Amino acid sequence: MHGNRTGAKPESEMRRQMMAVLAHAPSSRLAGLWRDAGFDVAAEPVRGPETGLVTVRGRIGGGGAAFNVGEATVTRATVRLASGEVGHSYALGRDQDKARIAATIDALWQKPELRPRLEDLILSPLRLERDVNAARRAAEVAATKVDFFTMVRGED
Amino acid sequence: MYVAVKGGEAAIENAHSLLADRRRGDRAVPALRLDQIVEQLALGVDRIMAEGSLYDRELAGLALKQSRGDMIEAIFLVRAYRTTLPRFGYTRPLDTAAMAIDRRVSATYKDLPGGQLLGPTFDYTHRLLDPALAGDELAKAPAQREADPAPMPRVSDLLGDEGLIEADGAVPAGKPVADITREPLEFPLERDARLQALARGDEGFLLALAYSTQRGYARTHPVVGEIRIGEAELELDVPELDFPVPLGTIRVTECQMVNQFKGSAKVPPQFTRGYGLVFGQSERKAMAMALCDRALRASEFGEDIVAPAQDEEFVISHADNVQATGFVEHLKLPHYVDFQAELDLVRRMRTEFESGLGEDERREAAE
Amino acid sequence: MQTTAVIQGGFRSPVFDSQAVFRAVMDAMARPGSRRRVATLTAPPAPMSPLAGAVTLALCDHDTPVWLDRQLSTPLVREWLGFHSGAAVTPIATEAHFAFAAAADELVALESFAQGSQEYPDRSTTIVLQVESFDAGVPLTLAGPGIERAATIAPSPMPRHFIAQWRQNHARFPRGVDLVLVSRDEVACLPRTTRIEAA
Repeated sequence: MHGNRTGAKPESEMRRQMMAVLAHAPSSRLAGLWRDAGFDVAAEPVRGPETGLVTVRGRIGGGGAAFNVGEATVTRATVRLASGEVGHSYALGRDQDKARIAATIDALWQKPELRPRLEDLILSPLRLERDVNAARRAAEVAATKVDFFTMVRGED
Repeated sequence: MYVAVKGGEAAIENAHSLLADRRRGDRAVPALRLDQIVEQLALGVDRIMAEGSLYDRELAGLALKQSRGDMIEAIFLVRAYRTTLPRFGYTRPLDTAAMAIDRRVSATYKDLPGGQLLGPTFDYTHRLLDPALAGDELAKAPAQREADPAPMPRVSDLLGDEGLIEADGAVPAGKPVADITREPLEFPLERDARLQALARGDEGFLLALAYSTQRGYARTHPVVGEIRIGEAELELDVPELDFPVPLGTIRVTECQMVNQFKGSAKVPPQFTRGYGLVFGQSERKAMAMALCDRALRASEFGEDIVAPAQDEEFVISHADNVQATGFVEHLKLPHYVDFQAELDLVRRMRTEFESGLGEDERREAAE
Repeated sequence: MQTTAVIQGGFRSPVFDSQAVFRAVMDAMARPGSRRRVATLTAPPAPMSPLAGAVTLALCDHDTPVWLDRQLSTPLVREWLGFHSGAAVTPIATEAHFAFAAAADELVALESFAQGSQEYPDRSTTIVLQVESFDAGVPLTLAGPGIERAATIAPSPMPRHFIAQWRQNHARFPRGVDLVLVSRDEVACLPRTTRIEAA
């Protein structure tokens, strides 16, 4: 069994978090940021982009044994840079451009000298927008929270 | 006798183009875009995803458009599509305790940690048709309030601390998880296989069965421990990476139903539970699933099996609306030869009956 | 992990390449003993042959546990298979949907693999053997469904006591294993319905 999260190496945990940002990114936004960032890179496709299924698992009672809930579409890609780095991407949905761009970013991210630029131009805007969006949704839901108050009934 | 029937090709082709025309309807009315369906008919899209057993909003929206709004036809289309895709693997079990909540209510605890969050619910609306929606009224932005960042534990975990409620059950190591899409059903089923079948089962069928349990056909004294709707993260283990790769989030609805249980000589009294987990926002389906799950556990609790909702083979064999529609609708396909044979048989029986009748009449006359 | 050998060498054109290989295997299975030529489409890590690699990528996926013989069971081969096909390797022969062997003459007994059941005879292992030649071995005269009169093939190397083992396999019908033989550039099959006639 590989990779439980607490035991993961810091490097792979950083990479996992970076891949999460890319997986969550709206396709058109990622494509726009990637284009504007202007990385001059030739990435050779090794596998895909290809669309397939994952079977989504839940747990009986929420925390018990696993069971299969249904399937979801996932698109993945693997690319290789001329310098040898291999990048992978996986994300829900069927967007093959997004998969190719995300795999290329994953490959570039493995060159430490490129990380600050990737962070500034692509990853941090995506992370920020996702956080803002999540905070807004949470605040909207919080406004529907019930504040109970007790009515005193009868004679005192 | 075997009679081959050919023909109808031109009729079929023309029927399909007529279907395309009627689907489009009045050309003066703008065509529906998929993003309109996905955004504004979101719960219909959710139902197609749940019963089509494929989480993909755009595909479900396309299916709804192609089927002219016929849900079961749309579900059929999605099921057919999913068979064309390779499978990359099984995700890690999603953690509903950690989901980004859109709605969360409990009927058992008023003041639970995190509170009761009504979310975008139809409850407490007056069910009066709103003429304003006939136009393109601008919806006003929803109110906001500072969110409580504290985690929202599942209600089952709160009660579980006191041992008053059945635990989630052991997580057996190494036991393969049943997959009804790979192995044919063999009764009796384990609970994991039943839940998979219920999760994709027809909402109407499960709703009716759930209702029957409340009306006395297998009483389980249910109350909603918790319903939560929100976005849960998915992760997949893949051979090429030494960590679980994040895939993004999906929206799910979870229902924890709490049911009474008397206890026995061996087991102290505690509440039992039924569980529902469904793609998308669909609490009716999740509640019906949880009620059916609990009813189907009858033999596990030594309860008498007296009602349809407790009969595993009955419930699971008939819950899938794609199977059901296939078998019911095939009756309209040509049965010419079968019917000719039956017609011959009925004619022969009729002749025998009439000659027999004659004999009886003669006998009566003789007596 | 992540070495070039692992991620390289898959089908260049996954749809058409896997269709071509599938077609060749299907035709070979339909006409037992006939030889179908297949172009070199994959480059798996040694000692898996390119043609055996092509068969794995055409037939195996996430839902088909694969058994590898001692020679093939290297980290590189396992990772290559995992990356390109998604198939997991199992050490338990009776759980394997497919088995691959580079040393056919050292193969464990055919009966150690899944044989299927009377109800589901399809739940048996399909065994893919890498052979050097279809002419250099003991000539096998074949008969049975898909063979009009007789077919002859002389694969080498083959499992020990192959003729006796195959007689037992045939006798288990409808249960039993099916064999896919791959040489450098050809594939031939022995389904469980095929008899080997006494020479």
